[in-house]
Amino acid sequence: MSMNNQGRPSQPGTVRGDDMPTISGNRGLDLEAALIFEIGRAGVTGVDLPDVKVDDARLGGLRRKDAVGLPGLSEPEVIRHYVRLSRQNYAIDAGLYPLGSCTMKHNPRLNEKMARLPGFGDLHPLAPRAATQGALQLIDQLMTWLMTLTGMPAVAMSPKAGAHGELCGLLAIRAAVEARGEKRSRILVPESAHGTNPATAAFAGFTVDEVPAKPNGHVDAAALKAKLGPDVAAIMLTNPNTCGLFEGEVIEIAKAVHAAGAYFYCDGANFNAIAGRVRPGDLGIDAMHINLHKTFSTPHGGGGPGAGPVVLSERLAAYAPLPLLLADKDGFHLIEDRAELPAGAKPFGRMCAFHGQMGMFVRALSYMLSHGRDGVRQASEDAVLSANYILASLKDVMSAPFGDGPCMHEALFDDSFLEGTGVTTLDFAKAMIDEGYHPMTMYFPLVVHGAMLIEPTESESKESLDRFIAVLRGLAEEAKAGKRERFEGAPRYAPRRRLDETAAARKPVLRWKPDPLPQAAE
Amino acid sequence: MRYLPLTPDDRRAMLAKIGAPDIDALFRDVPREAVVPLSVFDLPETQGELEVERALSKLASRNVAAGSMPSFCGAGAYKHHVPSAVDHLIQRSEFLTAYTPYQPEIAQGTLQVLFEFQSQVALLTGMEAANASLYDGSTATAEAVLMAQRLTRRGKAILSGGLHPHYAETVETVAGLSGLVARAPVTPGKAEDIAGLIDSETACVVVQSPDVFGLIRNLRPIAEAAHAKGALLIAVVTEAVSLGLLESPGAQGADIVACEGQSIGNGLNFGGPYVGLFAAREKFLRQMPGRLCGETVDASGKRGFVLTLSTREQHIRREKATSNICTNSGLCALAFTIHLSLLGEEGLARLARLNHARACALANRLAHVPGVELLTPSFFNEFTLKLPKPAAPVVDALAQKGVLAGVPASRLMPHEAAARDLLIVAATETNTDDDFAALEAALTEALK
Amino acid sequence: MSEMRFTDQHEWVRLEGDEATIGITRHAAEQLGDVVFVELPAAGRKVGAGAEAAVVESVKAASEVYAPVSGEVTAANDALVAEPAKVNEDPEGAGWFFKLKLSDKAEFAKLMDAAAYQEFVKEH
Repeated sequence: MSMNNQGRPSQPGTVRGDDMPTISGNRGLDLEAALIFEIGRAGVTGVDLPDVKVDDARLGGLRRKDAVGLPGLSEPEVIRHYVRLSRQNYAIDAGLYPLGSCTMKHNPRLNEKMARLPGFGDLHPLAPRAATQGALQLIDQLMTWLMTLTGMPAVAMSPKAGAHGELCGLLAIRAAVEARGEKRSRILVPESAHGTNPATAAFAGFTVDEVPAKPNGHVDAAALKAKLGPDVAAIMLTNPNTCGLFEGEVIEIAKAVHAAGAYFYCDGANFNAIAGRVRPGDLGIDAMHINLHKTFSTPHGGGGPGAGPVVLSERLAAYAPLPLLLADKDGFHLIEDRAELPAGAKPFGRMCAFHGQMGMFVRALSYMLSHGRDGVRQASEDAVLSANYILASLKDVMSAPFGDGPCMHEALFDDSFLEGTGVTTLDFAKAMIDEGYHPMTMYFPLVVHGAMLIEPTESESKESLDRFIAVLRGLAEEAKAGKRERFEGAPRYAPRRRLDETAAARKPVLRWKPDPLPQAAE
Repeated sequence: MRYLPLTPDDRRAMLAKIGAPDIDALFRDVPREAVVPLSVFDLPETQGELEVERALSKLASRNVAAGSMPSFCGAGAYKHHVPSAVDHLIQRSEFLTAYTPYQPEIAQGTLQVLFEFQSQVALLTGMEAANASLYDGSTATAEAVLMAQRLTRRGKAILSGGLHPHYAETVETVAGLSGLVARAPVTPGKAEDIAGLIDSETACVVVQSPDVFGLIRNLRPIAEAAHAKGALLIAVVTEAVSLGLLESPGAQGADIVACEGQSIGNGLNFGGPYVGLFAAREKFLRQMPGRLCGETVDASGKRGFVLTLSTREQHIRREKATSNICTNSGLCALAFTIHLSLLGEEGLARLARLNHARACALANRLAHVPGVELLTPSFFNEFTLKLPKPAAPVVDALAQKGVLAGVPASRLMPHEAAARDLLIVAATETNTDDDFAALEAALTEALK
Repeated sequence: MSEMRFTDQHEWVRLEGDEATIGITRHAAEQLGDVVFVELPAAGRKVGAGAEAAVVESVKAASEVYAPVSGEVTAANDALVAEPAKVNEDPEGAGWFFKLKLSDKAEFAKLMDAAAYQEFVKEH
C-alpha cells in the first residue's frame, strides 16, 4: 500500500473522572465574562460618529467639565461580551419554568416582528393625531379583546406593569369613594396575597386588614364578610387564588362587598386559568389588572418591561385615568385634556407620561389574533390540565396540602414531605437547577410552610411534563431516603454556585469602582 | 394551534392519569352560572401568521413613522439612531425570554448586565448609587418625590414650571396622596424663581433640565437654596444623551435624579416601553425604590451578582415597602446598556456634540423665517420657537405636507395662555440638512 | 445584680437600677438568619411597652423589635450599624439594640424569666 502517515486516534479512549481546573477559568463552552469596565479602553468606540466641535455659546455655562468615566469597546468586543453573558442565563426558550404565579408561557416570535414594524416602533407619541390613527386603532382593538374576555365595560390602558395596574385600580376606587363623600380607609387583603397587594394598598393611602385563609386554602369568606363595614373601601382578591384554587364563593363575596358599599379589586395574575371560559365581570368584580406579560405572552425580558391594563366596572369606569381613547365617525381620539372629557368622565389623574406600553400592546394583540377566542380557551384548558397532571403525578411522593381536589393552572406543594430529611425547600430547588430546571416559585404563598408553587402553562408538551415529573419524583425519593449529597451544596453545574447574599446585603457594592491606584513611590 | 403542543391523545392520557372524565371536571369549583360558552365572546377565531401579519401591517401603515418624513418631535421622547447590534443582542433568547433573576446561579447574565447598567447610570448622572431601573422617567420622578417625603418627613413638593406636564400630572396623582404638590409658574424660555418658593415644609424641589421647552437650567443655586431649608433637590432629565455634554445633576448638587433613558438604545414606540433611570446619594440607599443588584462571591470564591437589599421591596416588606414596584424595565435597560457600551466615553461625547450642533444649525436657519422668534437662549438638542399664531394648527397643516414639525406646547399644556403659540422643536443626529430645508420651507409657507 | 427577662415577642431585657438594656433572644436570631441591617431608635425617643422600637433585617425578612417596657431611649448600639453580624454572634450580650430609662418597674416584673421563656419557646 502507499503509506499514509496522517493517522490519528478516532476512538475516545478511556475517560478520567477527575475535575481539572482550567488555566483560563472557562470550562469548554461555559465562558466567563469580565465587566465592560475591565474590558474597555480609552479611545475605543463601537460606533463611528463624526467629530464635531461645538462652542459654549448656547450651553448656559453648563458644559460638562469632567469625563463621564465610561469604558470604550469596539463592536466585536461588545457582541462577544453580551453573547457570553446571555449564555449564563436560563430562559423559557431553553427550558421549562415551573414558576407559579408567573405564567412563563412561550413568547411567540411573530410578536417581536410586529412590534418592530416602523409604523409602531418608530412612531412618536406626540405626533399629530391624524398621523397615529393606526396605533390608536390597535389600542382600541386590544381594549375590545380585554373587555370582551373579561366581560367588563371599560379598561384603562396606561399602567406599565401589574403592580402599576393595582395602583390604578385602587386610585379609581379611592376616587369613587371620595365622589360619594365618604371616608373609607381600610382595604381587606387575604393573608395569601402577593406582596404587591398590601404594598399597593399602603401606597394608595389605605390601611391593610388581613383576612385569614381556611385550612383548605380558600379565603375565609365568613371572616371577610365580618370585617366589612362603612370604613372598608375595597377587598383585593386573587382568583384563582395564590394556592392555585378557584374561589367558589366569589359571587357571594362580591354581593356582600357591594352591599357594604365597598369595591371588589381582583388581582388578574392568574387569569391564564380561566381566560375564554369565565368572565371576571360575571363574578361581580369592579377592577382587575391583566398582566400582559403573563396571560398574553409578552416576554419577561429578564425582569421587564410589563404592562398592566385594568378592566373596570360601570361603578368605576368614570374614574379611569388619562388619557382616554374614544372612537367616533371621525376616527380615534386620545383625550388628554380635562376640558375635552366626554360626559361623566372623572379621571383621577394620570399614571405616567404618554399613553401606555404600546410595544407590549402590539405583542399582546398579535398573540390574541393568533390564538383567536378558541385558542385562548384551549390555552387555559391546557394550562389547567397540565397543572392537574403534575399534581396527580406527584402528590403521592410530595405533599400537596390541597391535593384532594383539582387545582387550577398551578399546583401547590409544601415541605411536609421533606420533614426529617434535613433537606429544605431551598435545597430541593437548588438541586433542580443541576437537573436543568429553573426552580418553581418557593416560599410563596405564605399560608403553607416551605411552599412550592408549580405552574407549567400550556406551552409544555406531554413529553416535557413527563420528564419534569420524573426528575421531581427522583429528587423527592432521594431526599426521603436520606440521600442528602445531591442537595448539599447544590447547584454544582450552574455558572455559579450558591452566592453569598449576606455579604451582598451587609456591605452593598452596587457599582463598579476602579481599583485604587498604588501609592506612588517617594 | 401552533403554540399549543398537546394533542387530543395527550389530553386523553392526562385526564386518565388525573382520573377526571373531562376538562370541565377540573373546573368544578367554578360556579356553574359563571362558565360561559365560546360563542359568548364576539371575537375572531385562530389565525395563521400570514393573516395576523396582514392585519397588523395594515394598522401600522396607517401611522406616520418618524423615519418616513422629516421629523422634529421631542418633548420627552427622542429619535436617535440605535446601532444594529443592539436589537440583535436583546433578541437573544436568553435575554428576551429570561425571568427576573431571583435564582442568581442561573441568571448571572441578567445580573451582571444590571450591575454594569447601575454603574453606567451612576456615572452619567454623577450620583453615588443607581437602581436597576423603574418603568420610565415620569414614574421615576413620582417615586423620587415619595422618597424625598419619606426622607425629610415633610409633605410639600414644588414642581418647576419647566417640568414636563405629563410628569407633573403623574407626580400629582401619586404623591398628592401623601402631601401637597405645588406647581411653580410656567415661564417658557426663562427659569422661574423656584428657590423663593422653598420653605421649612418643603420636602423637595423638582427641576427638569433641559426643561420641557429645551432650556438648560442651572441646578446649583436651587440645590443650595433647597439644602439651606432642609429640602432635597430632585433633578429630572428627559433626554439622556444630554448627559454626554452637560454637567451632571450630581455635580450640581442634586440629591435624587430621575431620568428617562429612552434616548439610548430604545425606539419611540408610541410612548412605551421606556426605561426610568433612578440614582441618589448613597446615604439614601435604604429608602430607594426598585431593584438593586450587588456584587458578591459564590461558594467557590468566584465573583458573582445578586439582587440585594430586597427587604425594601414589596415581596418582603409588603405594606411597609418603599414602593409597590415588582418589575423593572429589564429589556429596555439592557438595550440602554448595550448602546452605551457601544458608544463608550468618546462615542457618547461625539453623539452629544453632534446633537447640539444639529440643533444650533436648525435654530440658526429657522431664525430667518419671518415671524419666528427663538425663545430658548440655551438648549441641548431641543428648543422652543414662538410663532405669530397658534402652533397646533400649523403642526397639523405641516403634517399634511409631509413634515412633522415638532410638538406644539399647547398639546402638553392646553390651558396655559403662554404656550399657545409655542412650538417645541428637537433635532438629533438623525435629521439631515434636507430635513432642515423642508422644515424651513414648510414653516415659511405656513406662516405667510 | 442584673436580671434578665423575656417577652413573647422574643426580646430580652436586662435591668440595672432603672436602666434597661434590650435585644433579641438567641432563638430569635437563629430563626432570623444572618442579620444584615438594624434600624435603631434615636436617644430621647419615648416608647410604650409593646410599641415598635427597632427593626432587624436578614436577607429575606424584616422584623419589628418591640419595646418590652415603657421608657425613654438613652442609647442605641451604633456598633451594630457597621457590624450587624454581632447580633448573630452574641445576641444576648454585645448584640444589644438599645437602652432605655424605665418608667414603670412593674412592667419588668410581669415579663417571663429564663425558665418560663424556655418553656414558651418549646411550645411554639
